[in-house]
Amino acid sequence: MEAFGLLLHGFAVLMTWKILLLMMVGLVLGIFVGVLPGLGGPNGVAILLPLTFAMDPTSAIVMLSCIYWGALFGGAITSILFNIPGEAWSVATTFDGYPMAQQGKAAEALTAAFTSSFIGSLVAVLLITFLSPTISSFALKFGPPEFFAVYLLTFCSFVGLGREAKHKTVISMALGLLIAGVGMDTVSGTLRMTFGSTDLLRGINFLVAVIGLFGISEILLTMEERLALRGHAAKISLRVVLSVWKDLPKYWATLLRSSFIGCWLGITPGGAIAASFMGYNLAKRFSKDPESFGKGRIEGVFAPETAAHASGTAALLPMLALGIPGSGTAAILLGGLMVWGLNPGPLLFVEHKDFVWGLIASMYLGNVVGLVLVLTTVPIFASILRVPFAAVAPMIVVSCAIGAYAIQNAMFDIWLMLGFGVAGYVFKKIGIPLAPFTLALVLGSRAEDAFRLAMIGSGGSVGIFWSNGLVGAITTLAITLLFWPVIDKVFTGIGQVLRPARAQIIGPVKVSRVPRQSSTE
Amino acid sequence: MTSSDLEIVVEDPTAPEADSPSVVDTRTIEIAVSLLLLALAVVLGYDNWRTGIAWDSTGPQPGYFPFYLSVILGGASLYGLVTTLVAHGAAAETFVSRAQLRRVLLVFVPTALFCLAMQYLGIYVASFVLIAGFMRLVGKIALWKSLLTAFLFTAIMFVTFDLAFDVIMPKGPLEAAFGY
Repeated sequence: MEAFGLLLHGFAVLMTWKILLLMMVGLVLGIFVGVLPGLGGPNGVAILLPLTFAMDPTSAIVMLSCIYWGALFGGAITSILFNIPGEAWSVATTFDGYPMAQQGKAAEALTAAFTSSFIGSLVAVLLITFLSPTISSFALKFGPPEFFAVYLLTFCSFVGLGREAKHKTVISMALGLLIAGVGMDTVSGTLRMTFGSTDLLRGINFLVAVIGLFGISEILLTMEERLALRGHAAKISLRVVLSVWKDLPKYWATLLRSSFIGCWLGITPGGAIAASFMGYNLAKRFSKDPESFGKGRIEGVFAPETAAHASGTAALLPMLALGIPGSGTAAILLGGLMVWGLNPGPLLFVEHKDFVWGLIASMYLGNVVGLVLVLTTVPIFASILRVPFAAVAPMIVVSCAIGAYAIQNAMFDIWLMLGFGVAGYVFKKIGIPLAPFTLALVLGSRAEDAFRLAMIGSGGSVGIFWSNGLVGAITTLAITLLFWPVIDKVFTGIGQVLRPARAQIIGPVKVSRVPRQSSTE
Repeated sequence: MTSSDLEIVVEDPTAPEADSPSVVDTRTIEIAVSLLLLALAVVLGYDNWRTGIAWDSTGPQPGYFPFYLSVILGGASLYGLVTTLVAHGAAAETFVSRAQLRRVLLVFVPTALFCLAMQYLGIYVASFVLIAGFMRLVGKIALWKSLLTAFLFTAIMFVTFDLAFDVIMPKGPLEAAFGY
């Protein structure tokens, strides 16, 4: 049990007043960000990232990841009390959470949401604790071809498994990779795509782009909506908490199933949204009484929340072990890692033990503290929504500007941020996904370096990506995933010909508003 | 549901009306974005081709990787352009309605002005003006509340970044007058 010893070491790293205080600050800020309309996990982390520039890496990541946990908890508050999903993955929580609140069972629904979030995260953290050291030590044997193959796998799975139109995902990704390449070429020192501009010499900073894309654009999008809201106020008493917890063992199957789905989908990119819907749909399918879902059933809160949080947490596994983020927020955290002077990848486990195990330990502690915090302070946070958006919006703009400027002390970055804000607004409205862009931007230069080193090693032959069993398997898997929609269609086609009685597709969950192109019947 | 259940109610008097006429439909924007991306792909592709997309003694030249990415970007944009153009019969979906655009500009214009003002006034003075002005003029919030909130927020930012964390922010004449 080497992992267990290292984990204890991680807890020892955390046990300073400074880090514990930062953790609380992070959680409170995170819940704040999760509750406020127009802000959420990735935006919150991106905007608050500059606060951490002057910190040591361990304090910084603990605070930032706590902002993330807080935002995940906070999203459930608005979903249940106001029927407003703070995040796309909270949509499924509103199905049963809001009816429960309408029936006067808001406290039960909130307790269920927070508890299941906690359980989901806990399962995922356990997975990270025991799996990531193994994966990273395995990945230490990787050379440039293997790394490029893994990057390729990440990109391809976004295209193949994402719900958005394929060409839009490709556009988003190619654009991200291109923008990552602007500036001085790291291998040869040649200038690329700068068009003689001195401001572009530095390249386009990842964080500036993210602050614009997620912060500014989100403000613009929020302003479009009707911001009026009415909701239920709730106070959670200890009696309610205990009664919900007492019933918890009855739902073990739902909790376990959702945790498993969440972990699985979290490791593959972009999974939290799909995970919450899939958790909900499967709970409904396996239920003895599926009709009662959507009318205020507590299981309907347990299932999506567990899955969403397991997935959100599991997304950090590939980030820690391989240096590949599993979600947009993980990509931003990865960007932070580089700002603090750490080199993400499997070496992290060897070179920065304090950092990695401090982070993993903070996931345990942050979720426990977060659970207690949200259970006790719900009324305060729900009343934040009374603050008019006209006061919140300019403050967010100012925070974004401070963040964008602080990264490189460049005024040019402020204008870049504004440009990315407009681009993000338009992209979101026409369905070009931003997560692949973020991922491509943060991985771009490393993917390119891996590719070039691999090609130099092979003398220019693409065969290097099939030169041994491991790299060949990853590359083949990547290409399979890229063409997955086509393969899937062919297989369902064959299946339907063979067994016409079972025509109904039990495929990936159908997500509201985004129809699957292949469902032609 | 009785009204006594509801305890938190926030109104939005200036909300965009649902029946506001469309300014531009989604299809037009999709075509415009595809064309822009296509143009970008051509420009970047050309620039990388000039940098060198071949092989030399040390391996692929610097333009190699981005050149092929430009090709992919161009291809995907072209595909998007063609499919949007072909899907002609699809119902026109509103990209943004007039009321929505008005609200979006209501934040965007002050934000752009703020970015401009920041260069001359420094970030803190510009922030104060943005927050107070936005709250008063757009949010119709009482003047004293707006000024107080703006002052407190700006002060907290100044203390946090400039004093506590030593993050250097652009400053203007006011800060200079106080010796910062």
